[in-house]
Amino acid sequence: MSKASMNDTGTGKVSATENDTGTATENDTAERARDARELGDAGSTLSTAPREEREDTTIGGPTLGIVGWFRWIWRQLTSMRVALILLFLLSLGSIPGSLIPQASVDELKVQDFKERHETLAPIYDSLQLFHVYSSVWFSAIYILLFISLIGCIVPRTWQFVGQLRSRPPGAPKRLDRMPAYATWRTTAEPGAAREAALAILKKRRFRAHTVGDAVAAEKGYLREAGNLAFHIALIVMLVAFASGQLFKSEGGKLIVEGDGFSNTLTQYDDFKSGSLFNTDELAPFSFTLDEFTGTYERSGPQLGTPRTYKADVRYTTDATGPEKKAVIEVNKPLDVDGSKVYLIAHGYAPVVSVKDGRGKEVFRGAVPLLPIDNNVSSTGAIKVMDGYRDKNGKKDQLGFAAFFVPTYGGKGSGQMFSRFPALDFPVLNVGAYHGSLGVDSGLPQNVYQLNTDKMKAFKDAKGNVLKKTLLPGDSLTLPDGAGSITFEKEVKEWASFQITHQPGDAWALAGAIAAIAGLAGSLFIQRRRVWVRAVRGADGVTVVEMAGLGRSESAKLPEELAELAGTLHSEAPSAPDPAEKTVEGAEK
Amino acid sequence: MNLAATATNESLAQTSNVLIYSAMAVYLLAFFAYMAEWLFGSRSKVARTAAALTGGDRKSAAAPVKVRSAREGGSTAVLERPEVITRSASGTRDLPDGPGAAGGDAQGDLYGRIAISLTVLAWGIEAAGVVTRALSVQRAPWGNMYEFNITFTTVAVGVYLALLALKKNVRWIGLPLVTTVLLDLGLAVTVLYTASDQLVPALHSYWLWIHVSTAIFCGAVFYVGAVATLLYLFRERYESKLAAGLKPGSFATSVMERLPASATLDKFAYRVNAAVFPLWTFTIIAGAIWAGDAWGRYWGWDPKEVWSFITWVAYACYLHARATAGWKGRKAAYLALIAFGCWLFNYYGVNIFVTGKHSYAGV
Ligand code: HEM
Repeated sequence: MSKASMNDTGTGKVSATENDTGTATENDTAERARDARELGDAGSTLSTAPREEREDTTIGGPTLGIVGWFRWIWRQLTSMRVALILLFLLSLGSIPGSLIPQASVDELKVQDFKERHETLAPIYDSLQLFHVYSSVWFSAIYILLFISLIGCIVPRTWQFVGQLRSRPPGAPKRLDRMPAYATWRTTAEPGAAREAALAILKKRRFRAHTVGDAVAAEKGYLREAGNLAFHIALIVMLVAFASGQLFKSEGGKLIVEGDGFSNTLTQYDDFKSGSLFNTDELAPFSFTLDEFTGTYERSGPQLGTPRTYKADVRYTTDATGPEKKAVIEVNKPLDVDGSKVYLIAHGYAPVVSVKDGRGKEVFRGAVPLLPIDNNVSSTGAIKVMDGYRDKNGKKDQLGFAAFFVPTYGGKGSGQMFSRFPALDFPVLNVGAYHGSLGVDSGLPQNVYQLNTDKMKAFKDAKGNVLKKTLLPGDSLTLPDGAGSITFEKEVKEWASFQITHQPGDAWALAGAIAAIAGLAGSLFIQRRRVWVRAVRGADGVTVVEMAGLGRSESAKLPEELAELAGTLHSEAPSAPDPAEKTVEGAEK
Repeated sequence: MNLAATATNESLAQTSNVLIYSAMAVYLLAFFAYMAEWLFGSRSKVARTAAALTGGDRKSAAAPVKVRSAREGGSTAVLERPEVITRSASGTRDLPDGPGAAGGDAQGDLYGRIAISLTVLAWGIEAAGVVTRALSVQRAPWGNMYEFNITFTTVAVGVYLALLALKKNVRWIGLPLVTTVLLDLGLAVTVLYTASDQLVPALHSYWLWIHVSTAIFCGAVFYVGAVATLLYLFRERYESKLAAGLKPGSFATSVMERLPASATLDKFAYRVNAAVFPLWTFTIIAGAIWAGDAWGRYWGWDPKEVWSFITWVAYACYLHARATAGWKGRKAAYLALIAFGCWLFNYYGVNIFVTGKHSYAGV
């Protein structure tokens, strides 16, 4: 288009800029203020974000009594500014929990930390820094944030419903003040031009209607809907997470190959549950561990790194049901009856037999031992509680401190630690004791530790604790005919499982999906308004003006307006302009 | 145990290393070409910003964006599309974008084009290096930090080249991007190098593909956003100085004049960050689902989880700030940089300084 026509059509614009360059800045500021006001009006209700009231009350707060104060606090709490600050505090408050050991994650590390930092530990303790994520101050931040969130969502939802029921506001007085603007003179009648515009906008799924001399249209409501859905989804996720914590149950169980487990409280090695959990909720399933398989890297720099762990199990969902086979792997828990069975750890259980003073076998079984390093060097205890008699027929109890390596480094390799995690060269070392195992004392006993307080060690020739390193098939004979212990030619493997029941998972997942969908809608969809005004100009020719306004500035908006203008222009073509004709003609 | 399956293909791994070193060499050439572009461009100083601010150039500053159709053959010549005139929102400076590093200088532009060609070449070689690495271990190329780094830089450069291909005005990112890519690769081949190998069982999961690939992609995009934000802060300071009637140094002038206007940089940074935020949300949720399968709980405040969460909240903060009166502009930009800092710490800091369940990532 030629320069002449630009001047002609963009009248408002050009005169304004000429003013600017010409004279005082007062005009400028006044004009800017008016601009801002008009833009504000035209853009009102284009979103449901709370209006930022800047210091609407005098210093010292309102003097309105309790209700007034409450209102003031509420308004502050649900303002965007405070939400922003709370969000910032939330991220700041999360940091210490990642740097200081957390009791909920690793209790042992916390103990260790407390021993090493004697002055710091009590201070940390009083600030609840060892359980940051359940601390009073952290809870305060997120509870305030979620109150703020609810206080923000509810009115916004109402507002949005209102906006959906009402129609887009009429055109502002001066369309040329809008961020995107186009105009031309047309041969079409004003009414016809408006009708054409209305049809075009409606066809493009704008909500459009005619107000006075202009068509007002709006599109992109899904942005707001998405944004609200996102914030509501956050609440759903929080509630799901919280209820999951309250109702969950989580227990561990170590099972040796060939053994089974049924899901009742007494069978667990350890059990934790949320405060609203009810033991009746344990699903009545059971399973047997048939075989555990572990493979390890045989060469290269990562020698010994685990490659596969899998547990073959058979399970039933109730006592009478048919048995089903399943494989549990590290990333693949078994899902039964709403509970999940995870494979957590594994180790070895050498099979040993013990004969008493009379030569009678009083113990035979696989003894699970706990790994203490990556190559599965393991320790534990072998306890013979019942049935043992010494050579005189007197009742006693036997205990053996056991140390096991799946791959022995050979004599002269210094300490007895495992070289490799697979069962290449299994060796078992036992130290023998007799006396009271302390099982009857009523105190809880750790199965994997030998409490030698009330026991006497068998002595070797030098007067040390009697110890022997056994290869499969080897035996240790106890002195004075007290019997013997044999490392049978069999080593079983054990696997430990975590059995978790956490209701609310599905809700958390649904919330997460809704959050992402809502967020995408909120961030990728533009909410924008378009106005088309068609009036008869002073010379009797129709002038069409179009303007677009979005929530945020976007390059897409002028492009869309240009397309709309192009379409409308083909139905309401330019009128020949007397001034333009000559210029246009000259160019030809 | 199947020994054949765990054997890694040594010669492919070797090829991958050679390719990565070659890519570094070509990136280095590209770096020099970008420098040349900036140096030659500085000859033609056009103080357009100052002119626009003092008002003499006001009209051209508010120059209309012309959106025309190429539609021909209408019955009369007047049947052209009407022009759309745009105005910036009140309160923002109406400034033109700089002419780019070449500054309108033909020789500078030539060097710039050479730099981009070299970047494309280096990127191709690096991508081949990543692919051969993946083939040599027969899994996704992000099992440890070395692999993570080479994949990350490949994706970051890929994002830049994709934006260029889409005809976006992003040539100005070239120099800072290639500089940091070189640093990152240098770090990768020296400090972080890990011989190629298979994964521990905890990493055997298709969630590895999903979770880590989106994490890398988000990081690359956040990085581009952070570069834009940083340049925005410089350019904004420069503009404020000019607006206050001060005279910035000649070096600052020379560099800043050629960058896009602060409003453009700001908008670009926002778009980039906002566009990838939903994907980052997805990354965290995918991680939680994976953790649920692998460790029996989907959220356990492991350091890596905590820092992903912190990063997420920090970016949410930034997005909020953009919609909050009094927090737009510089303050929001600082928040964006803090958020990216959190991402960086999550990537380097947590892997190196903090031990947690994610520490098998093999530093
Ligand atoms: C749990 C904490 C919150 C998170 C993670 C969060 C996150 C987000 C995100 C990512 C956006 C998208 C930004 C955009 O559209 O550009 C957003 C928008 C928004 N948020 Fe939040 N938000 C939270 C709490 C709140 C609270 C407490 C309020 C109320 C004061 C609030 C009010 C808003 C509003 C009004 C918008 C729309 C802004 C716009 O239209 O551009 N949010 N929020």
